[in-house]
Amino acid sequence: MNRANAAQALVADDMIRTADIDINGTAAICDPIGALYLPGSRTLVVSDLHLETGAAHARRGMLLPPYDTGLTLKLLQAALDRYGPSRVISLGDSFHDRHGAGALPEASQAQIMAMMRGRDWFWIAGNHDPDHPAGLPGDCVGALQFDGLCFRHEPLGGTADTAGEVAGHLHPAARVVRRGRGVRRPCFATDGLRLIMPSFGVTTGGLNLRNAAFQGLFHQSLLTAHLLGRERIYSVPFDRLIG
Amino acid sequence: MESDSDIKPDNGGPPLPEPFSDWFSARGWQPRAHQLLLLKNAQAERSSLLIAPTGAGKTLAGFLPSLIDITLKEKKRRPGAARASARRGIHTLYVSPLKALAIDIERNLANPVAEMALPVRIETRTGDTPPSKRQRQKRDPPDILLTTPEQIALLIASREAELLFGDLKYVVFDELHSLVTSKRGHLLSLGLARLRRHRPELRTIGLSATVAEPEALQAWLMPQTGADAPVLAERIVIAGGAKPEITILRTEERVPWSGHSARYAMADVYQAIREHKTSLLFVNTRSQAELLFRELWRINEDDLPIALHHGSLDASQRRRVEAAMAGNKLRAVVATSTLDLGIDWGDVDLVVHVGAPKGASRLAQRIGRSNHRMDEPSRAILVPANRFEVMECQAALDANYLGAQDTPPVGDGTYDVLAQHVLGMACAEPFDADTLYAEVTTAAPYRSLERAQFDRVLDFVATGGYALKTYDRYARIRLTKDGTWRVSHPRVAQQYRLNIGTIIEAPELRIRLTRHSGRGVNVRGGPVLGKIEESFVEMLSPGDTFLFAGKVLRFEGIKENECIVSKGGTGSPKIPAYAGGKFPLSTYLADQVRSMLADPVSWSTLPDQVREWLEIQQRKSLLPKHGELLIETFPNADRFYMMMYPFEGRLAHQTLGMLLTRRLERARARPLGFVATDYAMSVWGLRDMGLMIERGELSLAGLFDEDMLGDDLEAWLAESWMLKRTFRNCAMISGLIERRFPGQEKTGRQITVSADLIYDVLRSHEPDHILLQATRTDAAAGLLDIRRLADMLSRIKGRIILNRLDQISPLAVPVMLEIGKEPVSGEAQDDILAEAADEIIAEAMS
Repeated sequence: MNRANAAQALVADDMIRTADIDINGTAAICDPIGALYLPGSRTLVVSDLHLETGAAHARRGMLLPPYDTGLTLKLLQAALDRYGPSRVISLGDSFHDRHGAGALPEASQAQIMAMMRGRDWFWIAGNHDPDHPAGLPGDCVGALQFDGLCFRHEPLGGTADTAGEVAGHLHPAARVVRRGRGVRRPCFATDGLRLIMPSFGVTTGGLNLRNAAFQGLFHQSLLTAHLLGRERIYSVPFDRLIG
Repeated sequence: MESDSDIKPDNGGPPLPEPFSDWFSARGWQPRAHQLLLLKNAQAERSSLLIAPTGAGKTLAGFLPSLIDITLKEKKRRPGAARASARRGIHTLYVSPLKALAIDIERNLANPVAEMALPVRIETRTGDTPPSKRQRQKRDPPDILLTTPEQIALLIASREAELLFGDLKYVVFDELHSLVTSKRGHLLSLGLARLRRHRPELRTIGLSATVAEPEALQAWLMPQTGADAPVLAERIVIAGGAKPEITILRTEERVPWSGHSARYAMADVYQAIREHKTSLLFVNTRSQAELLFRELWRINEDDLPIALHHGSLDASQRRRVEAAMAGNKLRAVVATSTLDLGIDWGDVDLVVHVGAPKGASRLAQRIGRSNHRMDEPSRAILVPANRFEVMECQAALDANYLGAQDTPPVGDGTYDVLAQHVLGMACAEPFDADTLYAEVTTAAPYRSLERAQFDRVLDFVATGGYALKTYDRYARIRLTKDGTWRVSHPRVAQQYRLNIGTIIEAPELRIRLTRHSGRGVNVRGGPVLGKIEESFVEMLSPGDTFLFAGKVLRFEGIKENECIVSKGGTGSPKIPAYAGGKFPLSTYLADQVRSMLADPVSWSTLPDQVREWLEIQQRKSLLPKHGELLIETFPNADRFYMMMYPFEGRLAHQTLGMLLTRRLERARARPLGFVATDYAMSVWGLRDMGLMIERGELSLAGLFDEDMLGDDLEAWLAESWMLKRTFRNCAMISGLIERRFPGQEKTGRQITVSADLIYDVLRSHEPDHILLQATRTDAAAGLLDIRRLADMLSRIKGRIILNRLDQISPLAVPVMLEIGKEPVSGEAQDDILAEAADEIIAEAMS
């Protein structure tokens, strides 16, 4: 079940099994749709939407299907409907490149505006989209802090003084193998102090949690991967994962 | 039109001019009849297909018209006139499927050219040719250019194409039979159509091994007209030389029920190597090659020089093996299909084929590798790896004696290849769509291409061909005011050149050998051993061992785009399950095996143990008559099995398994899984399917009705990983996504857009997109083998024999032993996740 299929076959809310976690003392819910919900502050967090990936490639000569934005927004709408948050944080790389927001087709732009209406909306700056998304409201910030949590796109190196960090950027995915058969899924990665979000966009790939890029970010003995299943989260400790 | 080996040199062939006739007679040689006939055709402006077995002097025949024509033209020139004064293009193009073959030919031609002091300049141009030489070749082309299909595509897309090919007289295609059956052949046929536009008078010469449908190759060589009957080139056939001596290994050892290792026969194979000067050992997969190589060295008491050669090994290592082989320094080489084609391998006097050859033509081609002289018989030993393979080997052996052929058909040209070509033509110069369509349909594989489909491909090349028109501003080619299509940006041409070709490798990682540090992958340096499929590496956990380059390696981890390994000691390794190199059983051989099964008289040629096996089967169950499909049902452990023996090859069986499982599911037979081999297919489930059929709850005829290739197929295809793999290839060939080049991975694999994701997006939004059409057609012909399955379903209609048994039958044993080795797909994935998560809970609770 990859992201595009997930958007095609959305599961009814009452069938969803989420995972309740705790990040640096703040309660949070990992949803298999790939979003994080903080009930205390009614905040929905999504990361790495990579909207307009198709168009970004088309600008460089690879004419990928122009449907990724529509699918990602469909998933986002489902997450918004499910939790009805008063605040949304898009944790960076919301658009695949700097031109994405400005060249957004009208229909998609209208759709995003409708989602933003009546909500506080924060665009965290990412490496793909360091500027405020052109033509869209909301606040664009480098990082955001509240409730003992700090939201930024790229995780800071090391584990010191990063308690409560919620980041994206790395697109964590995890792999389990049973009876010689392997399954790989995007995942939330957390050791209870820091959380790295799965990527939300439908055309984004994943990076294995055992990759060197994750080294030193977590207390490994406490690290758990919450894998995105079709209708539930599968929680697997780090030492059970395959590189 | 057709001639045979008994054509005499004097039956109408032109006499050879000087210095050629002197050169032949100085060596006591006579030009062969086919060489003269080919020359005569060429001089009469006719294209020819020359079909000849290995060692018949095909290559010289192919070049003789060119060498003579160039020499005579030079003579006619005013003596003393500087040759370079009149700038000339290429006279003859030679196209070979392998770089190594082009280089080999250059070497072989150098001798006669030097000895006759011919005024002919011959050069090669391949992917390895340095840029400076390539540039020079464009300014000052040689008379004869030896090259590969990919280079032709590059050259015709360049602005110099007109200059290079304006004087072209001959195009020689070597190993045409292997070129034309793939997408590479489709691209090359389009290239040939373009060459003809530059030079309508050019003539073609095709060199081929014996094939099942020579007319297809004859048509391929000619410009097609759109008439019902294809235009054909002349055909010249040389019958084979001495009959090969082929035997099936007779052994005292027990032939195993299943598996592909042929480990049981190692001592006998080693003995055969000892008794011959140089042996070539062919296997079907790279993993078999690794295993055989290791097993031979384990018992290599005499320290015979035995080497390994397969496509995943580092190129320098392969070159060393090839050089040692040509220098007669080796006693044996274990090889896969990389050695199939016509390279000269020195004095091979024995070919050993380990595992069944899967096709009679392939066997003939491989056996042709030994005793590279036509008048001496080739010697070959077939080593079946299991009992079904014994029958298959016997069938192949009969076929080789009968001269039966089962090469795959040429097939219709695919859209992804056409898309690549269309973009290339825009890079060469602005084109008019009507003219290009007319040109494309002169290529044999595209002769029935409809204009509507061509226009869709054109639309795809321009803006992606999507119903949602948002990419007009990003178009790669645009229709301009003068009515021609032009590239919109120079970058488009650059990208085209980087992505040319149709050979798509599975994503691979370099294997680097380091010392085991106990600290994972934080090690540096060490030699690169070769490449390995990423999908295989993903199955490994650190500490797992596998065979590669004849060594047991320990997997340490992945670092960037490298698979880091250390020496794995002497334990028993996991075997590499390479994706490449598995051929399905050919239709022809399958039919032979089915007849053999039905005819106990023919068993006398089989080894005792195999014959006994069939006799017990006859006693305990039954053997199907020719044309019948036998189905057995029996319980085993706590499950019920339904076993069938269609002998249609693994791919068709796999498709059948997928479809049948869906039907059984609907019939509430609660199927749990299936396994497919080349010979048989088995489904198992929780209910007794035999009993259900007997009670009328399940209809055999309904189960195997041809309509399973309708809706069921569509529904299943949607989720199939096979289709995704096919789509990935189509997407790369058509230029929708760029290929991954070594070094580019550093930008981060998480950012690369995966073909699987694009496939899913496209399928949900534009199921009729031209690339999805191309994907389905490809899969139907290739990985799914739909045609074969369809043929089988219609053949067995009303001829299905059910036999209910209390226990497993002898014939079923080999298939039962394969169970549990298949990958998982679709819905079952979440079960595995659940299991992984639940295991932890169970552990915590205990």
